[in-house]
Amino acid sequence: MITGGIDVGSLTAKAVILENGKILSSSLSLTGDSSNEAAIKVMEEAIKKAGLSSGSVQYIVSTGAGKKEVALTSEQATEVMCDAKGAQLLYPQVGGVIDIGAESCRVIKCDQGNVVDFAMNDKCAAGTGIFLDAMAKALEVKPEEMGELSLKSTQNINITSMCAVFAESEVVSLIHRKVDKVDILKGIHKSIATRVYGLANRIRIEGDAVVIGGIAKNVGVIAFLEEMMKRKVVVPRDPQIVGALGAAIIARERVMAK
Amino acid sequence: MITAGVDIGSLTGKTLILSDNSILAWSLIPTGANSAETATRATDLALKKANISLDNIDYIVSTGYGRVVVPFAHKNITEISCHAKGAHWFLPQVRTILDMGGQDCKAIRCDATGKVTDFAMNDKCAAGAGRSMEIMAELLAIPLADLGQNSLELVNGEVAISSTCVVFARSEVLGYLRHGMHKNDILAGACEALASRVYTLLKRVGTEKEFVISGGIAKNIGVVERLEEKIGLKANIAFEPQIVGALGAALFAQEILAKQPK
Repeated sequence: MITGGIDVGSLTAKAVILENGKILSSSLSLTGDSSNEAAIKVMEEAIKKAGLSSGSVQYIVSTGAGKKEVALTSEQATEVMCDAKGAQLLYPQVGGVIDIGAESCRVIKCDQGNVVDFAMNDKCAAGTGIFLDAMAKALEVKPEEMGELSLKSTQNINITSMCAVFAESEVVSLIHRKVDKVDILKGIHKSIATRVYGLANRIRIEGDAVVIGGIAKNVGVIAFLEEMMKRKVVVPRDPQIVGALGAAIIARERVMAK
Repeated sequence: MITAGVDIGSLTGKTLILSDNSILAWSLIPTGANSAETATRATDLALKKANISLDNIDYIVSTGYGRVVVPFAHKNITEISCHAKGAHWFLPQVRTILDMGGQDCKAIRCDATGKVTDFAMNDKCAAGAGRSMEIMAELLAIPLADLGQNSLELVNGEVAISSTCVVFARSEVLGYLRHGMHKNDILAGACEALASRVYTLLKRVGTEKEFVISGGIAKNIGVVERLEEKIGLKANIAFEPQIVGALGAALFAQEILAKQPK
């Protein structure tokens, strides 16, 4: 049985093709202006990568911020549920999922792929990817390199502003004061990790914690999270497709229930 | 007796020189990277306008977020006390003051003497502070000074902004622009959003007339009118709402001098 999952996030859209619990292919593209067009694009790409024809995908479920605009699918599932399902397939022992996306952050406590509790922030840019992106711009570093750079610092610079807008001014004044970039970067990573940790603390995760979403690729954030949580976390090889994977799993469950 | 108040805010620096009960001169400049330098420049400018030198000033009080670094101040006093004091000088019947600055917003209650009785403040989030209006002005390429008036001249009706966070609102507004929404309608949504945020702050301390708005956003008629409608009170705005804090500081300087043994 072949099913598909589409996750249209605020920044990127992802698609996964699943055959009997095995990932056949996945694809990722910028969401842009139209969630629907992005969904079509990533799904077509994933089908092509899997060497399939569009008719061979039996059922597709969509998730993510733009899920309701996806005309390809007749069913939507919540991001929280998809994250939990996707993480459980990759790590059967998973007890918690931390999803740090471009414009939101979710912490999910789960058991056997079922959601027990969750906490999320989608109201404030502090603690989300867009915060890091703004800081990368202010410091003129590449977003994908900033995590690695932050680990080189031996200083403790604190960013006192929580708000991303105010933090940007604070960073600019630190640059003016000739504070080393790597030290500012460390402060920035500590700031975002503190916010994510605060969310994680509201629901007590037990067992393995899996970090997903675009920011899971940032080693600086992961290092601070591990320090604050006082344990190792797991990052999947491709942390951005876990939500889409979960949607494909739900699609499979639907077909099986019929 | 000549005193001065120096108010170093996050975006602007103000110095006001007071001689007994009349304002001799005041200055208003953008805050640079160095608050101490900003204080010196703002004060030099005000001194020049008043045609006196620093030696002629008997006492200087500093206020604002940069108040502790003003090198020539004799004392520093919180901006909350200074805004209440300054507003009381302009309008003795004042009981509620809203100070909307660049990086923070304060709702202040005071008694008949201008003394603070309660306050609530937001300095954590740019939504609900003047910075949000600056960001909108930049994004829409409209001068900050025109923003309020434009927001009242609706074309197809207000475009509501659903994001609270200014960073998210920025992306939201970019989307509206791509969809061809009129700038004025978007501005209406932005002013409404700021007014709503500020209103929740005012509700925490309660509103009693007379009501005074100080700080840079007092110049934004789009926010002021929407706020007046929400609280059902007319706002009193000083001829220069951005110098109220500096005036309060200069008034405190007078009080301190008066108490000192001759």
